[in-house]
Parts: sequence; structure tokens; C-alpha cells
Amino acid sequence: MSGVLVVAEARRGELREVTLELIGAAKGLGQGPLSVAVVDHDPSRFADRLALDGVDAVLAVKTPGEHFEPHVAQSALEGLIAAEQPSLVLLAHSIDSLGFAPAVAARGGLGFASDVTRIWWEDGPVVGRSAYGGKLEAELDFPGRDTVLLLLRGGTFEPAEPGGAAPAWREVAVELREPRSEHVEFREVEAGDVDITKADFLLSVGRGIEDKDNVEQFEELAERLGATLSVSRPLVDAGWVPGARQVGQSGKTVKPKVYLALGISGAVQHLAGMRGADTIIAVNTDPEAPIFSVAHYGAVADLFDVAEQLEQQSG
Amino acid sequence: MRIVVPVKQVAVVDEDFELVDGGSAVDPDFLEWSLNEWDEFSVEAALQMGDEVIVVTVGEEEATEGLLACLAKGADRALRIWDPALEGADALAVARVLAAAVGRESPDLVLCGVQSSDAVNSATGIGLAAHLDLPHLAVARAISADGDSLTVERELEGGLIEVVRVGLPALLTVQTGINEPRYANLRAIKQAREKPLEVLDLAGLGLSESDVDAARGSRLRKLAVPEAGEGAEMLQGSPAEVATRIREIVAERLSA
Repeated sequence: MSGVLVVAEARRGELREVTLELIGAAKGLGQGPLSVAVVDHDPSRFADRLALDGVDAVLAVKTPGEHFEPHVAQSALEGLIAAEQPSLVLLAHSIDSLGFAPAVAARGGLGFASDVTRIWWEDGPVVGRSAYGGKLEAELDFPGRDTVLLLLRGGTFEPAEPGGAAPAWREVAVELREPRSEHVEFREVEAGDVDITKADFLLSVGRGIEDKDNVEQFEELAERLGATLSVSRPLVDAGWVPGARQVGQSGKTVKPKVYLALGISGAVQHLAGMRGADTIIAVNTDPEAPIFSVAHYGAVADLFDVAEQLEQQSG
Repeated sequence: MRIVVPVKQVAVVDEDFELVDGGSAVDPDFLEWSLNEWDEFSVEAALQMGDEVIVVTVGEEEATEGLLACLAKGADRALRIWDPALEGADALAVARVLAAAVGRESPDLVLCGVQSSDAVNSATGIGLAAHLDLPHLAVARAISADGDSLTVERELEGGLIEVVRVGLPALLTVQTGINEPRYANLRAIKQAREKPLEVLDLAGLGLSESDVDAARGSRLRKLAVPEAGEGAEMLQGSPAEVATRIREIVAERLSA
């Protein structure tokens, strides 16, 4: 067992950026040869993107179907691990990975951890991941496991810099399982009246606003401040606000000049969608709220009190 | 349709807490327990689609409360599995144990929450599917049944949805917001105690401690309070003063 196998992630013919973060993390470990597996209908379309310093080989597995299918992906990765015997396998902690990577680990008796935010090497890999809503970090190791499969949190590891010689390209013959699900179509979540990704200033609210009837008040406040209203997931789940306004992993990724979060505690999935904002201001009654760890400015205060003052002062 | 729903009683850590044994666990005095938020939705989906709904959990005595809540909502039977050998079991070890419990029910459908709010592995359900060799799809935001097959909307990143068809039997992990979980009335809560709630240990499922060890994906070395980042500059003062500073910062940054 040696070397690191990174599994590239693609969707609708595009390589997802997190793939470069996986490669960056793998390079940082310096644990033997680094291979990147591309399991896709047409792996060659990513050849240019994967010409990166530090990548020793690209392992191409051609799939019959155009789109991701978890059982095909599972058999491809099982075949790749059997053929290459890597000591470490890195995937994105993404929706697609969640659909097959735990199955690979469970069937293969591999070491496994998901949503990994730190990796280092002692006798083998050791990882850090968040626990209990970010209040604690768990440190895990994998004694007795020859191969360890890790899902890395996106937006956490430095991406590999583009540029470098084309790595060795190798087609790997893997026995693929028949698909057990059938792709029907892709759809965008209902388009709203606004595109929150284009706004310079987002006023964002979450569970803290407590009641559906309060949504209107914050729409008015946003308008008065010259901001666009965005929300965290619970308000969309509750049906209070259309999905197009949702910031986070399953919503939109936003990078406004100013992100003003009122009463958003900052679940990981929410932070993933807004941590790239130039300036983040967070107001929350809980001084331990995770949002303060990414905010530039914070205030421990009741959001309604602050909202009322913002409204009054804005004339 | 017979549906099995694996659920979890999750722990919330109090604002102030202590660790035991240099970080091997949180002192249980500082934990509060409740049914995992995702499982409220998977249970509701099962109640809407199933003729028979069986809830299963791996957990100590405190998990009984979560099972009773599911029974009060309308689940038919419950099973709790616990054994001292399961102390500190990770997601894949739990998946192995659940496989033994779920397999004996021969369900048409298994519905799991996407993740638990305390550990957030998002791995138990799909690991379970692997052991049972069930077709599986992760992160369903809508499910509709049509004879022997399901049409499922998978919630992908960035507001994208993939519509997929899968035949039964199958296992799905269910996302929050997929439905409106019901509340149980007082009468149902009382009656829940009359419903079958079985408790088994590993031997009762035909498993041994070494089966669990073999399935384990990781070992917890320790828990620690994460290193704080640079942190936010905290704005002090009354709500009025905070609001004034926020307006100044916004004005400055928008003109930059």
C-alpha cells in the first residue's frame, strides 16, 4: 500500500473546483506518488485541467453513462483501489461522494472519515473534523487499516496551483457494475425574482427571526438599507422564503462586498456559502455561535433590537 | 410498503461543558438529548408512504425517548440496540449493527436522515445500504412512489436538483424540508408506551464484538476545543451603538 489516490469530481461535463483542493491537500502530505482518478463518460475532457505540478498520473475510467450514478461510481472506486492499492484515498465531502464513498469504505473494511478539515501524517493519516456543531474538534486515526478513505470539506484546503507538465495518462480497466438508478433530468431550484449572487450587500436572516410574519419586516429593512434579503436553510425548509434566496452548500454561494447576518448561528453548510464575502458582520445572542469564527465584525445582541435601530437610523 | 427508519438520539453540548479522561468524551452531565432533526423528516416520509413503519436505533437508555416520540407519531414498532461494546462506535460500526437489525425485517424501503446533527458523518445510511446490498441514493428532497419504483429528487450543491428513478427495495437518505413533520397529540404520546419496543444486544442480533471492530472506520483519539481563528472584532455597546457602527462599516465597505 502506498501513494495517494485523489478522486476527481465532475458534474455536467465540468470538473468541480474542489478537485483542485483535494490535489492540493494530497500534495501537502507528501506521501508517495499522487494519482488522480477520473471516472467519467469522457475522462479526456479534463486532461488540461489536471496537468498540475505534483500529479504523477491520471487514471481514467470510462463510464457508459453521461451522469454520475452511485453504484457505477462505487464499483469504479472499488476496482481502482484493488488495482492501485493506495494507502490514502481522497474525495470531496460532496453530495455525490456521500452517495457512494461510505459504501466503498463499508464493503472494503477501509479506514474512513468524512467532513475532514485537517490531515497530517504520523504512522498513518490522522485527521481533524468538527463535532457537536463545531463546539469541539475530534481527532481520529485509523489503526490497522491499510487503506484510508477520507472525504474532505470543500473550501478548506488550498487548491493546487494551475500549470505543470501533463501527467502520465493511464486507462484503467475496471469491471463496472450496472447502474441501479436512472437519471431523468437536472433541474434548477425554482428561480426567484432576484439573483442573490449578484448583490453587493446582503442582509441575511435565519431561524432567529422566529416567525413567518417577521419575514416582511426584514424585507423592508433590506430595502431601506439598500441590501438584498437572503436567508439560511431553515427558512426555506419551513416554506417561508423561496429557495432562490438561500445561501449555503445547497443554496447559492455568494461573495458580496458586505454580508450582514442577523441571528444566523452559522452551520457549516451555511458558512460554506458565504465565507468568501469581503466583509462579514454577524449579530447573534450566542457568543459561541460559529458565525463569529468567520465574521470580521460581530456583536452579541438581540437581532430584533439591532434591526429596530438600523431601521430608525436609516430614516 | 414496509419501511424501516434508522434514527438517532443526538446530543447537544451545553454552552459550558467539561471533557472527561483528557478528551475521550464530553462529560454526560453537559449533554442534552433529542431526536435528530433529519430523522423527524425521514420518519414523516415513512409515515406518509408506508403501511408498516419500524424505527430502529443504536443507543443507550436515553435513546428510548426518541423511539417513543416516533411511535407516538405513528410508527408501528421500535427496536433499540445497545451493548457496552458499542461505546464510541463510529458511523461504519453503527451501519454494520443496523444492517443486522434492518436485514431481518426485509423492508421494501429504508429511509435514513442525511446526517446526524452531533456527528455529521453523513455516512451511516449509505454504509448500511452497502451491507444490505440495497440500491441507494443520498440526499433526497422529494420522493414519489409509483408501483415498484421511486422517483427521487436529489438535492445537489448550488441549487441544482437531479431527478432519478430507482427500483424497490432501496435505501434513501432524506434531507430536511422534504415534508412537514407531524406532532403527536397527548393521547398518541400515552399510547406509544403500549406499542412494541424491543431491546437487543449484539448477541441478540447474532453479532459479536469482533464484527463491530472489523467494521469500524476510525478511532477517536481525542476531543478538543478547536483553536479559535483570528476572530471577529466585537462591536460593543447598546443596540443603537451597534447599529450605528454597522451602518458606518457598511457605508465604508460599499464605497471601497
